[in-house]
Amino acid sequence: MEEYTILRQFADSWMLLLLFAFFVGIVIWVFRPGASKGYKDTANIPFRHQDKPATSEEARQ
Amino acid sequence: MSNYIKLIALGLVVVFAAIGTNYARDIAYQVHAVLVMLIAGGLFIWTLRNTDEPDILTDRSGEYMDDVVRYGVIATAFWGVVGFLAGTFIAFQLAFPVLNFEWAQGYANFGRLRPLHTSAVIFAFGGNALIATSFYVVQRTSAARLWGGNLAWFVFWGYQLFIVLAATGYLLGGTQSKEYAEPEWYVDLWLTIVWVAYLAVFLGTIIKRKEPHIYVANWFYLSFIVTVAMLHLVNNMTIPVSIWGSKSVIVWAGVQDAMIQWWYGHNAVGFFLTAGFLGMMYYFIPKQAERPVFSYKLSIIHFWALIFLYIWAGPHHLHYTALPDWASTLGMVFSVVLWMPSWGGMINGLMTLSGAWDKLRTDPIIRMMVISVGFYGMSTFEGPMMSIRAVNSLSHYTDWTIGHVHSGALGWNGMITFGALYFLVPVLWKRERLYSLQMVSWHFWLATIGIVLYAASMWVTGIMEGLMWREVDANGFLVNSFADTVAAKFPMYVVRGLGGVLFLAGSLIMCYNLWMTVRKAPAKEASLTVAVPAE
Repeated sequence: MEEYTILRQFADSWMLLLLFAFFVGIVIWVFRPGASKGYKDTANIPFRHQDKPATSEEARQ
Repeated sequence: MSNYIKLIALGLVVVFAAIGTNYARDIAYQVHAVLVMLIAGGLFIWTLRNTDEPDILTDRSGEYMDDVVRYGVIATAFWGVVGFLAGTFIAFQLAFPVLNFEWAQGYANFGRLRPLHTSAVIFAFGGNALIATSFYVVQRTSAARLWGGNLAWFVFWGYQLFIVLAATGYLLGGTQSKEYAEPEWYVDLWLTIVWVAYLAVFLGTIIKRKEPHIYVANWFYLSFIVTVAMLHLVNNMTIPVSIWGSKSVIVWAGVQDAMIQWWYGHNAVGFFLTAGFLGMMYYFIPKQAERPVFSYKLSIIHFWALIFLYIWAGPHHLHYTALPDWASTLGMVFSVVLWMPSWGGMINGLMTLSGAWDKLRTDPIIRMMVISVGFYGMSTFEGPMMSIRAVNSLSHYTDWTIGHVHSGALGWNGMITFGALYFLVPVLWKRERLYSLQMVSWHFWLATIGIVLYAASMWVTGIMEGLMWREVDANGFLVNSFADTVAAKFPMYVVRGLGGVLFLAGSLIMCYNLWMTVRKAPAKEASLTVAVPAE
């Protein structure tokens, strides 16, 4: 098969499936049990460290 | 020691640019060579004067690098006014062709000024806004100072040089005629260097972050930086005719070139004007509303859905062309599906205000941000609709497209940037508040009415000319000549120009207000700046 046809077939099948599965995986990951608490903390990042960088001691690891 | 290397490099650049000035095959290249020679020469002298001076090392790791953001804010406001002024002028050039002055023929006529306008608003105004806000946001949300020291300054000044080279090049005829990618090969190479430095600064800051999670705004900014790099490289694969001239030849040919151009063009919209500005939305709307984003889960899905879909939407620019039908159908379908994440993001931005809707009455800055998200929703509905082949057969090549672009660019990008500037200036210059909220209200209304005039007149004239072009009589002959449509568009062109005047007036009021904020607004007391944020 010529190069175009091979690439086209791959894009139409496996790559499409891979991208779609990746996306569905993200949606499932986002709604995993117990995620809300972590996201609540993350959503509040803009309200911390307004004026100066965090020092090593207060870094939240 | 590093200064000696810098001096050698700058000296070589000066010599090379001098040779380039001599051998230049065209005026654009020659002017740029002179410009580069003068700048490199000036930097040489400046570096020389600072060489072997005692180093004054101050540890600044305990504070954010905000001076480069301040410069970025000034540059954003400045280029915004330049871009709006150019746009208003060319709008009147279309209405009154006499404004294509005879003495400036070949330099300041519509064809030369139009790319100057588009690049000034998208890359100079929008680009500076993105660089400045991304540097601001990534530091705050990573709780870390910008990585790379003075590299951020290189990004800022390097980007300004890119803008100047691009703009002067257009006027002098240095263009590769690709929409939104007009700069010639050497300007493209320079932008590539600047962009890699930008990516390094941004990514370096994220890597040394003190927050465990990367805030969603940074995801959007990062996707913008990475994707624009990729688009820029692929769409500018050119071979210069001579190293002493600006002309180059693209390696792609025919329909492949067209497809790559619009893959680039639409993703410039998708990642430069959408993803990057969504990064702004996800930081500045929560900050101004003083409450976290409505749904962080939705923001993650918004991000992945947007970047997965946008990249495929380009072919809708090439309906009814040599592009295969399946490709343009694919572009159309993805454009329509794109409606979903776009509106998901819009809802997320708007609902951030839930419980604080009263701020709309009292805070004109939040009003600006909300109407910007409203325009985002409107133009991301209009866009998918126009990408449908049947609608496109009417709208394509008409002023409807121009109206669509401007409701997105003026409404969404412009307004969210104004909102961010109003937020940033008091913070960056440590002022208690803006000089005048009433002026913000004036700006808001002037800009909004200006956009409404612009969009409405372009709808009317676009649909009108589309219908006139396709009108046939009983015998199948076309009813209207092209000149008939041009004559019929005159009143709408005047209204559009007036809309531009209002928008420009609003931006001038903003500049005055921001200037007076820095000069006159009461300073924030020093004790307040070190207050621990409430958690």
